[in-house]
Amino acid sequence: MRRWRSGLGLLPVLFWLSLFLVVPMLIVVVISFMGRDELGNVVFTFQASSYATFFDSLYLGIYWDTIVLSVVTTVLCLLFSYPLAYYIANAGPRMQTWGLALITIPFWINFLIRTYAWVLLLRTQGVVNNLLIQFGWIHEPLQLLYTKGAVLLGMVYTFIPFMVLPIYVALEQMDKRLLEAADDLGATRWKSFWHITLPQTKSGIMTGSVLVYVSTSGMFVVTDILGGAKSAMISNIIQSQFLGARNWPFGAALSVIFVITSLVLIALFNRAMTSRHLAAKEGR
Amino acid sequence: MIELSGVEKQFAGQVVVHPLSLTIKEGEFLTLLGPSGCGKTTILRMIAGFEQPTSGQILLDGTDLTSLPPNRRDLNLVFQHYALFPHMTVEDNIAFGLKMKKLPPKEQRKRIDEAVAMTQLTALVKRYPHQLSGGQQQRVAIARAIANKPKVLLLDEPLGALDLQLRKNLQSELKHLQRSLGITFVYVTHDQEEAMMLSDRIVIMNSGKVEQIGTPREIYATPKTLFSATFVGENNIFSLDGRLFAVRPEKLSVERNPEGCKRVGEVMDVLYLGSIHKLIVQLEDEPMTVSIILDISDERPWTIGEKVGVNWKTGDEVVIGP
Repeated sequence: MRRWRSGLGLLPVLFWLSLFLVVPMLIVVVISFMGRDELGNVVFTFQASSYATFFDSLYLGIYWDTIVLSVVTTVLCLLFSYPLAYYIANAGPRMQTWGLALITIPFWINFLIRTYAWVLLLRTQGVVNNLLIQFGWIHEPLQLLYTKGAVLLGMVYTFIPFMVLPIYVALEQMDKRLLEAADDLGATRWKSFWHITLPQTKSGIMTGSVLVYVSTSGMFVVTDILGGAKSAMISNIIQSQFLGARNWPFGAALSVIFVITSLVLIALFNRAMTSRHLAAKEGR
Repeated sequence: MIELSGVEKQFAGQVVVHPLSLTIKEGEFLTLLGPSGCGKTTILRMIAGFEQPTSGQILLDGTDLTSLPPNRRDLNLVFQHYALFPHMTVEDNIAFGLKMKKLPPKEQRKRIDEAVAMTQLTALVKRYPHQLSGGQQQRVAIARAIANKPKVLLLDEPLGALDLQLRKNLQSELKHLQRSLGITFVYVTHDQEEAMMLSDRIVIMNSGKVEQIGTPREIYATPKTLFSATFVGENNIFSLDGRLFAVRPEKLSVERNPEGCKRVGEVMDVLYLGSIHKLIVQLEDEPMTVSIILDISDERPWTIGEKVGVNWKTGDEVVIGP
């Protein structure tokens, strides 16, 4: 009875969630099992041919590339963000305010403009190539733009704040007395970081990683602008199926597969990261 | 054992601990007692290495510790709020210091078992801190420190967060533990009763200065300053010819007939506290009240407003100050 009552408070959230997440998702699932006529209209038949098409090696390859790129982006973001968040969290109060402001200020500028700025930097006649030639380090301009590297760079650049902020919050909330206790018990700075700080900020790492992974694998703008035609990701395919090829059932099928794999990967990741102590805490 | 010589601490030009010299003997239970903000915790943190003295030296067994970081000092601190590692079991918490010292696994096991047995935690070793009560967490904090077999154990208000009954139990456990381990304890508290009960010697501190150092008996019977006279136990302060002297409530007696008594006053309140019976008397010629503890066999009825004589045996008064 009491549980049921406390569940009542969740109703508005559940309503919101079903209206904007569950219902659209169900529509996508339904469409993915339908057919299409020559004009690209969705035809109400039940068929699984869209799913069969997915197992074409072309799409599987793109799919695999997407996962790899998203994982690499997540790892790189983590490697850059942890030291940054650590530095900000341990700086003086003024520096903290400034550091956080500098992390968030890029959000004030339109994301497309920021991505096109990378085009100006990376293209053959761009700032980077010109500088390298000026210094005499290279003689011919390098092909920087429209490569996988450019896409990776754009992704890491775009999503670093998503990693820095949760880790910063976790570091901020950590009880600093634990570090004194570790110090008192003979731990060196590196050991107390490894045994205390890192496990204590796991929640921030988990939140940040999921945010970055999901955002990267769903991103098509960065790949479009910096990657050119060769480095399409699954989201680019989904986008073109819906808007260009007018093959809604196939686009929907890709979306469904995409959502399911993401959920499975996140679940596996959470499982691997959740320590016994958190499990014990939640089990109570 | 531990020697503080001329240790002084300033924060931003403000003197928090005035120059202090103190020798703590081996196996001693020494308590730093004082109100909050008197500098007692700062002294403890300087011994532990978390604060650097502005001047002076701290020696442990003759070697200078002053510039060593906390992780290289052969002493351990029991933190006020325990600071247990939340992501580790009781056992892993206790093992932490031993792992950092890279003791062989066999020795680690032995030390953990000893510490756990001594603090009665054997049944709880696989639990996490959040699954323990306050008193149990306190025990883990102590076990984690003593497993390292430090030369000195520093305790920062270790019982401060516990309720009264639990405090009383843990006080006697602590005393017992200190005796059986034989290691030096430096204990910080603001609770004078706790200090009296546990300590071999007490250092009374007030606004960064040492008021008095002595055994509980010396401090109670012969307080040297007005602060120590009133901070430890209840006391009555009288003045005579510009000098102050103190007489403990249990040394005062009250007479129906004021004649021949040293002071005269009016009964303000009669307090019955079970094992003791107290009178509060407003003195006539001094703007103060005194409290008098009556003999347990004293059955005389007292009424508020009654005129009484207050008396004490010559020699029971303690002159305060130089």
